[in-house]
Amino acid sequence: MIGPVLRIDEVLTTFPAAGTRIPVVDHVSLEVHAGEVLALVGESGCGKSMTALSAMRLVPKPGRVESGNIQLCGRDVLALSVSEMRAMRGGEAAMIFQEPMTSLNPVQTVGAQVVEAIRLHERVSFVEARKRTIEMFDRVQIPDPEQRFGAYPHQLSGGLKQRVMIAMAAAMRPKLLIADEPTTALDVTIQAQILELLRELQRELGTAILLITHDLGVVNELADRIAVMYASRIVEQGERVDVLASARHPYTEGLLRSVPAAARRGEALHEIAGVVPSPSEWPAGCRFSTRCDRVESRCGDAVPTSTQVAPGHTVDCFVVADEVAQ
Amino acid sequence: MSLVEPHVLSNIVVAVLLGGAVAAFAIARRSDLWSQAGRELIGRRPIAIGAIALFVSVAMLDSVAWVGGGGAAGNVLEQSRPRSVVDRMFAPDFKEKSYSAPLADIEFYGGADLSHPGSHLLGTDILGRDVLHLTLKGARVALLIGGLTSLIVIPLALLMGISAGYFGGRIDDIVFFVVSTLASIPTLLLLIALIMVLGHGPVQVCVAMGVTGWVGFCRIVRGETFKLRELDYVQAARALGVSEIGIILRHILPNLMHLVVITFVLLFSGLVLSEAILAYLGIGIDGSWGQMIDQARDELARDPIIWWNLVAASTALFALILSVNFVGDAVRDILDPKTLGEGE
Amino acid sequence: MLAYIVRRTAYGFVVVLGVLLLLFALFFLYAEPIEMARRAVGEKAPPEVLEQWVVNHGYDKPTWWNSESPGDTMLVDHFRSMLTFDFGRSDADDSPILERIRAGMGPSLSLTLPIFTVGVLLGVGLSLFVAYFRETYIDRMGVVLCVLGMSLSILLYIIGGQFLIGKMLRWFPISGFDASPAVMLRFLALPVLVGLAEGLGGSIRFYRTVFIEETGRDYVRTARAKGCGDGRIMARHVLHNAMIPILTRVVVSIPFLFTGSLLLESFFGIPGLGSMMVDAIHGNDFATLRAMVYIGALLFIAAQILTDIAYTLVDPRVRLA
Repeated sequence: MIGPVLRIDEVLTTFPAAGTRIPVVDHVSLEVHAGEVLALVGESGCGKSMTALSAMRLVPKPGRVESGNIQLCGRDVLALSVSEMRAMRGGEAAMIFQEPMTSLNPVQTVGAQVVEAIRLHERVSFVEARKRTIEMFDRVQIPDPEQRFGAYPHQLSGGLKQRVMIAMAAAMRPKLLIADEPTTALDVTIQAQILELLRELQRELGTAILLITHDLGVVNELADRIAVMYASRIVEQGERVDVLASARHPYTEGLLRSVPAAARRGEALHEIAGVVPSPSEWPAGCRFSTRCDRVESRCGDAVPTSTQVAPGHTVDCFVVADEVAQ
Repeated sequence: MSLVEPHVLSNIVVAVLLGGAVAAFAIARRSDLWSQAGRELIGRRPIAIGAIALFVSVAMLDSVAWVGGGGAAGNVLEQSRPRSVVDRMFAPDFKEKSYSAPLADIEFYGGADLSHPGSHLLGTDILGRDVLHLTLKGARVALLIGGLTSLIVIPLALLMGISAGYFGGRIDDIVFFVVSTLASIPTLLLLIALIMVLGHGPVQVCVAMGVTGWVGFCRIVRGETFKLRELDYVQAARALGVSEIGIILRHILPNLMHLVVITFVLLFSGLVLSEAILAYLGIGIDGSWGQMIDQARDELARDPIIWWNLVAASTALFALILSVNFVGDAVRDILDPKTLGEGE
Repeated sequence: MLAYIVRRTAYGFVVVLGVLLLLFALFFLYAEPIEMARRAVGEKAPPEVLEQWVVNHGYDKPTWWNSESPGDTMLVDHFRSMLTFDFGRSDADDSPILERIRAGMGPSLSLTLPIFTVGVLLGVGLSLFVAYFRETYIDRMGVVLCVLGMSLSILLYIIGGQFLIGKMLRWFPISGFDASPAVMLRFLALPVLVGLAEGLGGSIRFYRTVFIEETGRDYVRTARAKGCGDGRIMARHVLHNAMIPILTRVVVSIPFLFTGSLLLESFFGIPGLGSMMVDAIHGNDFATLRAMVYIGALLFIAAQILTDIAYTLVDPRVRLA
């Protein structure tokens, strides 16, 4: 296939609040290419989940995608009919969520839920779908897959439930898998196993992954490229090594310095001054300007545009743009 | 029978209520949560709040009464009766002999001249009483039903619910058994049985409603107390040796106050509506809107129809219940969207 | 499963005993027999007549303990007669209570059964409709209409229904009852309509909250993400999960089927159990009242046991503890 699996272009998604509409995804652009893992990084509430839900056209009411363009496997998501979009979800693009505890229907067996995912997209008998479900369970390393097929969610551990979610998502061999904080709710040892599993699937099936996380450790494990979000906007985007090793945006720098690392043992942990402003307190220009230690007078007035600092590495910052220009 | 005259008692109650309201207001103003909730409530439901305030004022004015002053000359019996502020807004002999239509000049049947032609805004009832006057007096009864019953329900439910939830064990078993026993009897049947046994009268009706009404709230309190008891800071207070009573008063009770407020508002409309049913069964409270509606229903069969007393009483009842329901919804939304499901 | 049912029923029986104890306290300890006699026979009846009334109704026995024959007390009588459904005769007109209850059941059911079934179906259906349009003006209108409907007294529904449909439009007769099905249908139409209208506001609002709460859950998002359509999500996922609160509300209102609706029956002249209750209230008929409260409680307890058993069938998370 030519072109990226997912291409989000200048998308604006808003929610109504106090008489106006607040942008939760503010003119965000990004691309996920076939077979790659793009990590969308940011603090909770910065709009990374909403970006993913926008791509799947799953933004909960009363929110809505106002403008922009979303291409999923070459098709215009915002122009698809309801049934075409339905065929897309779970077919070409699947999604797993943060809370395996509540993301499965509590009154249906996990097997039936995966079977449903298969039979929604393919006309196969229940027996056939069951066979494939058990194969999928085996593939995501669920022990005793035959027995687990008839289990209810409350009978499984969190890690097993997340494996069921992955089996359900991978059942139709999607081209894109959106993983929204897939390991946040799990124990550390289970986290590593789930990440390993995602990497295997990505290799074996060639699935591209949009990984949403606030955990830079997870990013380091899995990501090929990284996009950093702050207050509904993307501030920096590039290859993993570029962003992690030579971050340019002051927010990304701060973020990286606030992670404990063996190399900086003994140093005090960095802390970004202030708190994330609420939407009503957003400055007109760069939204990080209220906390930035390199802030200049123009930062609060105009929105910086993307500047290329290296091939494939862009930063939205006036100060960095000036440095590059020199 | 009693040590004080009923109207003196009523005046004292008004004074206590006003004092309580001022105190509650003062306490609420000092707390961010409550003052903010209050402001938001007024912002969301200004009309309903205003309507309720109007009903409360009328009820208060009808509760302040004294003897003498401007009574009908010559009628000694009338003069020795205490009359409330609302009564004093109408002339003491503001009566006719029978039905008259709103603002009519003549009696409805027979067409005899009225003693106050054209001045009965909502007409008069079968006994010639002014319907507007009766309707205004109904506000006091409605608020009495809701208020007095809540005064029984809330302390009882808090006492039982907190002891069950906090101490658990044997106490919990007993409370749970009492609650399930009471909850097993269909509410209306139990209510009727209680009133039949206790006898008719405003206090008896409120007591009966209290006995049937505390069970639901007690369950909620029990559940919440159980949760609160497990919280870290309560456990910490225990570890520091704070007494059980101290923990309940300082940590449990304040955290149940929002449930008390929500329950009070949601309970209120149900109680007033139940009284209307009791009024039909002949075991309601004298002077209530339910009783007015019940008395008026036969008159619809007449031709031409006598509608004004029915319309006056039901509009007043509807307006009060509607306002309380709207405010109740908002109160629940503001204070606690989760704990209390609907239809509790 | 069987052990659970047995255990649950046993506790239900203990609650029945509790209810009986409460009724005993109400009707025999609080209310003086002579006082009951005075209310039943009349304020100005001579003392001999009152005494005779008390003796006739067996209210003259020792309350707790009879040293001559231990079983012959009011307490024992009360428990024995209630548990064996031997309710005796009415205080007011001496008619056998059990017979009257049997006779009243049919008319009551013919009124309450349609209200109950149509009410549940209409309530669930309309609330699904309203919940589907949540956050739109249809939903907001629906909620306002529900609150309006809930704020009207049932007296007004009845008076309004009788006046508008019965008197002005003359679609159906205002009141009455007849055993022949064709005539009965015409008599029942109006009370059933009124009963439905009265309950609809509250139930739509309740079910709407249930559905909106369920549609906001994470598993619904998962179903959407795997390609489920709205209709399928509602039918296959939400409805099943919503069954638990719906079941509670539905089963709990089953006793109403038998005890009938006091107001509807008495207004519309339907000779059911509701009318019987109203007569008992007006006639100070304590024996009938006691029997009716007891039967109501019995049905309610049975319904609660049924709900608990139904939970175990609907919700796999409920353990038989």
